[in-house]
Formats: sequence, structure tokens, C-alpha cells
Amino acid sequence: MMTRITARPLLLLIAASLLLASSSFAAEAQSGTAKSSCVDCHASFPAPTGVTEEQWAADIHGQKGLTCSSCHGGDPKDPSPEGAMSKKAGFRGKPKRNEIPAMCAKCHADGAYMRQYNPSLRTDQLAQYQTSVHGKRLAKADTKVAVCIDCHSVHGIRPAKDPRSTVNPLNVANTCARCHADAAYMKEYKIKTDQFAGYSASAHHDAMTVRGDLSAPTCTTCHGNHGAAPPGVASVENVCSTCHVFQAQLFDTSPHKAAFAAMGAGSCITCHSNHRITHPTDQLIGTSNEAVCTNCHAAGDPGFAAAARIHDDLGKLDDALKSSEQVLDQAERSGMEVSQARLEEAQGRDSLIKARVTIHSFQPGKVEQDTQAGMKIAEKTHQAGLQALAERDYRRKGLGLSLITIVAVLIGLRMYIRQIESRNQSGGT
Amino acid sequence: MQHAETANRPEPARRRLMQFLLGGGLLASAASFLYPIVRYLVPPAAVDLGGDSVVAAKVGELKVNSGKIFRFGSRPGLLVYTSEGEYRAMSAVCTHLNCTVQYRSDVREVWCACHNGFYDLNGRNVAGPPPRPLDSYDVHVNGDDVVVSRRRGA
Amino acid sequence: MMASAPEYAREDSPHRNRVVQWFDERFGWERLLAPLRHKTVPVHKLSYWYFLGGMTLFLFMIQVLTGILLLLYYRPSANEAFESVQYVMTQVKFGWLVRSIHSWSANLMIFFAFAHMFSVLFLRAYSKPRELTWLTGMVLLFLALGFGFSGYLLPWNTLAFFATKVGTEITGQVPLIGKPLLIFLRGGEEVTGATLTRFFGFHVALLPGITTMLIAIHILLIQRLGMSVPPGQEAAWNALPAERREMPFFPNFFLRELMAWYIALGVLGVLSAVYPWELGAKADPFVAAPAGIKPEWYFMFMFQTLKLIPAKVGPIDGELLGILGFGLAGLIWALLPFLGGDRYGRRQVFIRGLGIFALAYMLSMTIYGYVVAK
Repeated sequence: MMTRITARPLLLLIAASLLLASSSFAAEAQSGTAKSSCVDCHASFPAPTGVTEEQWAADIHGQKGLTCSSCHGGDPKDPSPEGAMSKKAGFRGKPKRNEIPAMCAKCHADGAYMRQYNPSLRTDQLAQYQTSVHGKRLAKADTKVAVCIDCHSVHGIRPAKDPRSTVNPLNVANTCARCHADAAYMKEYKIKTDQFAGYSASAHHDAMTVRGDLSAPTCTTCHGNHGAAPPGVASVENVCSTCHVFQAQLFDTSPHKAAFAAMGAGSCITCHSNHRITHPTDQLIGTSNEAVCTNCHAAGDPGFAAAARIHDDLGKLDDALKSSEQVLDQAERSGMEVSQARLEEAQGRDSLIKARVTIHSFQPGKVEQDTQAGMKIAEKTHQAGLQALAERDYRRKGLGLSLITIVAVLIGLRMYIRQIESRNQSGGT
Repeated sequence: MQHAETANRPEPARRRLMQFLLGGGLLASAASFLYPIVRYLVPPAAVDLGGDSVVAAKVGELKVNSGKIFRFGSRPGLLVYTSEGEYRAMSAVCTHLNCTVQYRSDVREVWCACHNGFYDLNGRNVAGPPPRPLDSYDVHVNGDDVVVSRRRGA
Repeated sequence: MMASAPEYAREDSPHRNRVVQWFDERFGWERLLAPLRHKTVPVHKLSYWYFLGGMTLFLFMIQVLTGILLLLYYRPSANEAFESVQYVMTQVKFGWLVRSIHSWSANLMIFFAFAHMFSVLFLRAYSKPRELTWLTGMVLLFLALGFGFSGYLLPWNTLAFFATKVGTEITGQVPLIGKPLLIFLRGGEEVTGATLTRFFGFHVALLPGITTMLIAIHILLIQRLGMSVPPGQEAAWNALPAERREMPFFPNFFLRELMAWYIALGVLGVLSAVYPWELGAKADPFVAAPAGIKPEWYFMFMFQTLKLIPAKVGPIDGELLGILGFGLAGLIWALLPFLGGDRYGRRQVFIRGLGIFALAYMLSMTIYGYVVAK
């Protein structure tokens, strides 16, 4: 009788625990982001076959509910390796490099499919890729070129907006440099590998990393991302002018446009270089050793004279602004208030900035218009500074006069004190 | 303070010198103190409206569909008289690299000549490099004056 | 006519002055002022120290005058304060002079107030019966510091804004009353336009009112009690009364004081014309505090001390300890006359030592704060 009573609860206990165990087992198989049995083994492998839950949870595909089998096929519910990775279950294994673009495009080129996830995402990546140097070479069985996973990474793909993504503007140059700065890797292609080094020293790189301007150009801005290819010499100007509109417009009116086209020289890059685009200084234009003009122009030709004139104009304006600033600084340090003149000084500097853009017309007359306007302002502010200094001197003269009267009083008081006290001494009052 | 020998009454010349120095000095020094004070008390011609308001223009000074740069505190401001006859005012310091912007009557937008930035009449940056809008100001007409003042609540 | 009728009333006197006589018949001030004619100032090696009090008073009067002039143009609102000071500096004729004199004289006044206090300490002029003179003087010194602190904010520039922020923040650390005190000073939780208005009220109304009353009491006491003579000198004169030297206040000492005041005017003129007070940049509460915010020099020794105290001293918060320490020191200082005992006693030597230590400490901490610490 005792065994029957204790047997029932015991049986219940055993059944319950079995149920619990199996359900937790099943739960394990279904919790998180669509967990698959693949991670049972693959989580503990080293790279490249190792993928952990955390990694996959960071991947945008994982977050959207896709699993290993979405790309690799196989049966994620089957806990055994043979079953999970069986041909019957459609297991594809590691795709070959030249199959990868097509594999990704199966979803990413399907507009109807992608609309379910993000209707504003482009779906022409494969088509673009096929026009790129990478795509064309891949078609010719060169598997060294970049395919989707080389730039986007493979199991931890983040959207481009994410600053940790390998294709975020902040990181693009580093991603491209993985191959393009590797001289050994690029040896057979006979193209330079100094682009990354050049870019890292450029004003564009500065704009992004120092000024934090995410719209500053990186590799893909000029070369395209999926359809990556260098712009042809004839189209360099088009690319640069998407941002540098004025310079391009002025250049088109300049004698250089026809001349460069005839020479087959790229418009902007001939003077500014393509990757190592450093902050231009006034030394870049002119007839000195640092100037690029002397690469083509020699003493005696009109271009040489124009370059010299432009350089002089800029220099004169810069000097005038600097000297006016000096006078204002001096006045300010003496305690004079010069905020009005400072305001106008800023406008003078505007003229210099404009003049430095107008250079691209390569017509001294046009540059002179801007520099003259600036010179007028610099003259005015210089005068204001001198006036402030004159006012300061006037104050000091006034002070001097006042001090003289004070000294007179002091001497007078001293004498008076002496006199009344000596009077007292001799028994006055 | 005293001399060893018997100090007599000071000679008249010395006394006169002392009186001249003391009297004249007191008078002159008092004048040198009072002159600045009297000049100070006279209010200057340039009226001080305070830092937050400025008379940017007179009514009728601006033609329709034109703009004017005026001084606001220590920075330039832009006053626009739109083609609909409305006054708009905003900071004239471009948010890209601080050039002074201007009003373009052809495109009816605010334009920065340095790098081709554009702002609409509300100050919002609509094209080109400027990363942020221009601060906009309140405008109201006070008799003959067009007064620009900072927006409250900043 | 009585024999003791004043000079200007006696018909046979060369100093006859009808106008003064007219007023005296109505005010009756001759009786009040008569003692002043007999006021004397002791003459000895250390007599020059007697000038310091009068100099502080003179500079205070300069402050009142230039302050009233500034009031004609200053606007105490956050939107307009800076611009109004800029207006005074640039547009108003000699506005730069009035404002610079006000700022320089403020600093000089506080310097002389401290010098006066220390000279009184070392010359033992605080002993009986001058305890109340010392007490009112200490309160006046604190008021002067209050003038400095409240006035500093009024131009509403960056340095002033952040110095006020830090200063009131430290006040908030006082136990129990700290937070309510902070809110009272700031006119709210943060330093805003409300703080400016409030400080303006303190600076031009509250503090001047209290100060004027206390100065009146302070001077009254001095007139009643006469000038104190340093103990050593007093002892010497007691031994040999014939050696005692006294100078009439009117006109002898006063003329000398006038010379000192004229020299002060000259110094103020030079400072204002050659080193005009700067305007700074308009305060922007939303901008981060610039590096190296420092208080004015007269607070520097306290500020530097607080910076040097470690964050925690045992279980007590370091800053709190510093504040309580200074509070205690101030209290002891104010009560020195009651703690010092007899004028010639041994405790006085101890107080002198304390005074030397305090002076050395304040000087060295101030120098340290400016030169060493950045």
C-alpha cells in the first residue's frame, strides 16, 4: 500500500522532469534568433568555420530572422551533422567565390523580396557589380578580386549606417586598402598600391576624420561602390564637380579645359592629384618650385605670366589682411574695443576665399576682381586699427596731463604741510 | 618733519609758489576729473537697444525681392524683403565655413558664394555643403524701423 | 557771545564765515564737530599704517561714484548686460575710463581692506576697548568680498559666468544650509539671468546699504575711541610722557591723507589708461567651461586650498572639510579680540604668530594658484 501511494507521485515527478528536459532541449533548439543546430558545433570552431550566436545576433540578416540554412541550405532542425548537412536537405556548404555574387543577388536583386524588409534598399547591386573591374575580372575566373563578402564581411554584416560596419563611410578606405594597399597581393595587376597612403594624407580624409563630416569623399564616392572602377580621364571633372561646382564651372571657361582635353590629362587631378589631395596653399599656383604651373609653363609664355600675376594678387591680399589683423590685435591688446572692425575683417577674408576659387578660371582679371574687393576691406579695417591706436595715444596723453596736475597738487600739498608745520614750530597759531 | 634750525616764516616767493601749485593743481586736477564725467553723462548718438534687438533697416529702404546685410551683435545678419512683401531675417554666417551669405533674387533663396551653399527663406540648408540651418530671427516693424530681434527661449 | 564761540562766528576773527554760521544756527553741528578739531593722531615709527583705513574708505567712495555713473547705462538682464557694458566701453565718452576705474578700484579697495585688517592685527589695535571696531571691520571685509563676488558677474562674460558657477557651487557644499543658500544666491538651481538680476540687487542696493551703516558705526567708534598706539610704543610713552608726539587730524594728518588719495587717483588713472579692463566674450551657458577657470585673486587662496585637499579625508568629504575649515577660521578671526586676553599678555604673541601664518598662507596660496597650478 505504501509503494502505490509513493509510486504515483514518483512517477509524476519522473514524467515531469523528462518533459521538462525534452522541452528545454526543444526550446534550446528554437530560442534566440531562429537558432539552428549548426551552432551546436560551429560555435566552438575557430575561424573561418566558427560562428557564434553573438556574432550572428549582430548580423543584420540574423536580426531579420534568417538562419544559416538561408544561404548554406541544409536542415537546421536536424541535430545530427549528417542530417543537417545532407545533400537531400539542400546543403550547399561553403559557396565558391565566383558563386557568391549570384548567391547574394538571389535575394538582394529581387525587388519584391527585398521590399518585405526595406523598400528603399537598392536592388541593382549585382548589375552594378558586373560593370565593375571586380565583376568583369570575376567573370574571367579571377577569384582574387573582391566579391560581396570581402567588403561586407560574412557572418557579422552590419548596415552601412552602422559606424562599426566595414562599409560605413568612416571605414570604407580601410576596407578597400585590405587589398589595394597590399603590394604583394596586387603584384600581378600592375596597378599602384599607394592610393590609401595618399588618401590618408588628403584633405578629404581630414574632413571626415578631423572635422567629422561624413559626407566627405572616400573611395566609393569617386569610384562607385558596387560598380567600382576608376573614372576615365575625361570624366574626372564630372566626378569632382559633384561637390566642387564652382571650380568646375570656372575651369570650363578657362583655357585649360581645351588644353587638358587635347593632352589627355585629367582636369582636376593634373594639379591636385587624385588620391593625395592635400589642402592647397597659395604656393600651389605661381612660378616657384612648389607651384604646379611650372610643370607645363615656362618663362615667357602667357600662362607663366598669368600664374605669376595670380600668385602676386593672392599674396598681396593675404598680406594686407594679415597686417590689418596685426594692427587690430595690437589695438585690442592695448585695451581698445574693435569688434566692428573685426566683423569687417571677416568679410575681407571671405574675399580671399572667393579669390582662391576664382583661380580656376586661370584668368588674372577675374581673380583681381575678388582680390580688389578684399583689398578695399583690408584697407578699411587697417585704418580702423590705426584709429584705435590713435585713440589709445590720445588717452595716454590725457592721462599724462592729468598726472601732471596730480603731481602739482602733491608738491603743493607737501609744501603747504611743511609751511604750516614750520609755522607751528616757530610758535605761530 | 622739522628742521634743526629755527624755521622762520617761508619767504613770500616760496609761499606764492606753494599757493600756485596747490591752488592751480587742485583746480586743474579737479577739471581733469570733472571733464570726463561731464562728457560721460551726455548720452551718445548711437542708441543702445540692447544685444537682442537691432534696427536693421528703415521701412522702404529695401526693394521687393532683395536683401541686406546688417550688424547684429558681433556677427552679420541678413534681412530679406521677399517678393510677397514679407520681412525675413536670419544669421548671415554660413554654417559651412563661416562665409557671409547673401540673398539671390533670381532663385529667391539665400546663397553662400564661397562653396555654393543654399538656404531657403526659413534658414534651412537645402543644397550644397552647409551642414546646419541658419539661425532665424524675429522681425517686426516699429513705425519707421524694421527691428530684428533674437528668438525668445534660447 | 560766549568765549568759546567758533572762529567763523566771532566778529573779530579773520576766519569769519557768514554762510557757515547760517547753517550752524540751523543744524547745530558745531557742537558735534568740535571734538573733531581736537582729534589727534599719534606720531611714531609706525604711523604710516594709519593711512590704510582711510585709503579703503576713499576707494569705496570712488566705487560709489563710478558705480552710480555706470548705473546710468548698465542693464541687468542676461540678454543685455554684456552689450550694455560693451556700449559703455565703446560708445559712451570716457565710458572706458569710468568702467576701468571701477574695476581697478574694486581690486585695490579689497587689497587695502586686507592690508588694513592685517596692520590692525599686528599693531594690536583690536584689543579692548576696540573689539566692536574690529568686529564691524571684519563684517565690512566680508561685505567687500561680497561686493567683489557680486560685481564680478555683472558684465556677464564667460569668465565671470563660470567663476560664479563654481563659487556658488562651493557655497552649496556647506552642511545643512548650503543648498537653500545656493538657491538663494543663484535665484534658482542654475546660474541664469535670474542670478544676474539678484546679484545686481545685492551689489547696488543691499550691500551698499549695509556697508554704509557699518562704515558709519566703524568711523563713529574710531572717533570716540581715538587712534590706538602699538603696545611697545605705548609702553615707551608711558615711561617718558614728554616723548609723546601727536599730530592734529585737521589739517595736518588730513592733508597727508589727501596726498595719499591723490596718489591713488594717479595710480587709478595710469592703470585705467594703460591697462583698461577687458570685455571678454559674452557668456553662453550652453558652451563647455573653458579650461583654467579661476576666481578673482582675493578668493584664490581659498580656491587653491580646496583644490589641494584630497577628495576624502577619512570619512569626511574633502571639500566640505575645507569649507568648514575656512568658516571656522573666519569665525575665530572675527572673535580675536575676545580670545586675545589682555593687551600686553602672552596670548597676544600667539595671535601675532597666527597672523603671520595666515598672511604667509594666503600669499603663498595665491601665488601658487596663479604661477604653479594651471
